[in-house]
Amino acid sequence: MFRLEARPSTPAWFNLALPLLAIAATLVLCSGLIALAGAGVLESYGVMFTASLGDSYAITETLVRAAPMIFTGLAVAVAFRAKFWNIGAEGQLLAGAVASCFVGAIPMPGPLAMLLMAIAGAAAGAAVALIPATLRVRFKVDDVVSSLLLNSVIYYALMALVEGPWKDSFSGYPISPPIEDSANFPVLIEGTRLHLGVVVALVAAPLIWFLIVRTTLGFRIRVTGENPEAARYGGINVQRVLLSTALLSGALAGLAGVGEVGGVHFQVMSDISPGYGYSGIVVAMLARLNPLGVVPAAIFLAAVMTGAEAMSRATGVPAFLSDVIQGTALLAMLVALLFTAYRIRRVGAAK
Amino acid sequence: MSVVLEQIFQVGFLAAIIRIATPLAFATLGEMFSERAGVLNLGIEGIMLLSAMTGFTATSLSGSLWLGVLVAMLNGMLMGALHALFTVALGLSQHVCGIGVTLFSSGLAYFLYRLIFGQQSVPPSIKGFQTLPIPVLSDIPVLGPAVFNQFALVYMAILAIPLAAFILYRTPWGLSVRMVGENPRAADSAGVGVIATRFQAVILGGALMGLAGAFLSMAQFNAFTFGVVSGRGWVAIALVVFGRWDPWRSAGAALLFAFVDALQLRMQASGLGHIPYEAFLMLPFIFTIVAMAFMSRNAVAPSALLKPFRREER
Repeated sequence: MFRLEARPSTPAWFNLALPLLAIAATLVLCSGLIALAGAGVLESYGVMFTASLGDSYAITETLVRAAPMIFTGLAVAVAFRAKFWNIGAEGQLLAGAVASCFVGAIPMPGPLAMLLMAIAGAAAGAAVALIPATLRVRFKVDDVVSSLLLNSVIYYALMALVEGPWKDSFSGYPISPPIEDSANFPVLIEGTRLHLGVVVALVAAPLIWFLIVRTTLGFRIRVTGENPEAARYGGINVQRVLLSTALLSGALAGLAGVGEVGGVHFQVMSDISPGYGYSGIVVAMLARLNPLGVVPAAIFLAAVMTGAEAMSRATGVPAFLSDVIQGTALLAMLVALLFTAYRIRRVGAAK
Repeated sequence: MSVVLEQIFQVGFLAAIIRIATPLAFATLGEMFSERAGVLNLGIEGIMLLSAMTGFTATSLSGSLWLGVLVAMLNGMLMGALHALFTVALGLSQHVCGIGVTLFSSGLAYFLYRLIFGQQSVPPSIKGFQTLPIPVLSDIPVLGPAVFNQFALVYMAILAIPLAAFILYRTPWGLSVRMVGENPRAADSAGVGVIATRFQAVILGGALMGLAGAFLSMAQFNAFTFGVVSGRGWVAIALVVFGRWDPWRSAGAALLFAFVDALQLRMQASGLGHIPYEAFLMLPFIFTIVAMAFMSRNAVAPSALLKPFRREER
């Protein structure tokens, strides 16, 4: 007989083993869809891998795609650490994109423009995230639903902007006017799209890790999430911690939007984010809410996205496989997390 | 203003409101059943999309509209069961699972649609539901053609509202649903199977979400496109809160939103669009967020919402 029993603590190697287990399970499950499409499973995954991580150019493309998900992943990880259920990274990203695009269109020296774009984008994202946090702290409003619904509000606001007063008069399409050329983030390797924002994202992860693990604010965030009663008893102003967490989380999600404007699109359109905010949830869960884990998790999802397009061209398997993989990976990771709470033990084997 | 009033009392306008409200009513009732049992189902957006796709495909391949509706409903129930498996049986966090279900089912819908129909310049369409005038009733002036000359699915939605209220408030099962959503511990002591009841409620909710999806691809648009749901699932999440988890109020909220949406479409069409139409589309979300702040004092949400139930934990 086997029995589930509560596990008091988890060994450190679980942090690596669980996401790998979840990803392996995901790839096995999704291979059924590849077979259904009549293509070879190993061949398809092979194309996916080479096209996303096989050579240096592919790696730069994957990194460019990973950058926004590193930021949204960090945003979600930080928020979930404090049990502030921020499902609104998508809207915060859009707000950050709009604000940074607005600033980037003002003529000024390049470096100054980039700095102000980042500040404006982070501030806009933080302001949006502050709404559900304030509603929760002040009125006990459920943050899951309020942060989710705000995504739609921001999305429609963005559409109204780019279809109305902010529409680019030159192109005639519902897109904003471009930012100044001098505000375009510098490309770091010629012939690629690897821009400054990618490096900022890669540097942000260890910084956020340091903040969470080594600073007082990080300590407060963790205690508030793990045991709010104890936090209160220990003299931590839980409400203030929640508000600070929201500001930090929203700012990070806003920076995801800044990178997309400054480094990739140079303007804003309503479909500037293919759901990077929601992908951030997948990334954060795969990373087990560890900021350092966010980087490989985001690179994994980005590799799946870039790889899927090449796979589709080579084998005819629809590129939407990447969307299925993303959803399956999140669900598989949640199931894998059960191993942290329980373990399977043989009981009463001998009669 | 008089132009606006004139528009409102047109038969076509009233009929449009009813049609826009129908998928929202199905989806809202579905989400309500799930939440009344204590399970937030953020999978709704994806479940509606996948159901719209599977229902459309079944009809497209078989030629039978009702088979399509059945497939969409079964698909919704299956996805509901999946969400319940994760959140009720395994007790995983409802909001993250819900996002997972939405990502998974929308991805699957895109993937399978592309696999079955390929990439076509003009999306394939079906001959969808035709209006089914109800004898005598459809002859009533104004109200008749607006309400009683509609698709069969519209009548189903209208009947679903009192039926949902009856089930929730007047049947033993409805009582169980409300108990497991309010106080699962007490329900368990009273001999109500918490896990089973929650499973049933989420699956019933999934069936209704499936109907919502079927209406979109088989009556409203007669085709499946990737934007066929475009946030209507999130609207339903808002409407349930706005409707205070009550079938009548939720359906009323759906009707109110449909009115605003229909008005917005008319104003766009008649060139009265001084206000951007997106402002109207935002309204239900803003209203709901504001309403949540006001409602929080008298705690109308099911108390056990978002809380998994584990019997051994006392």
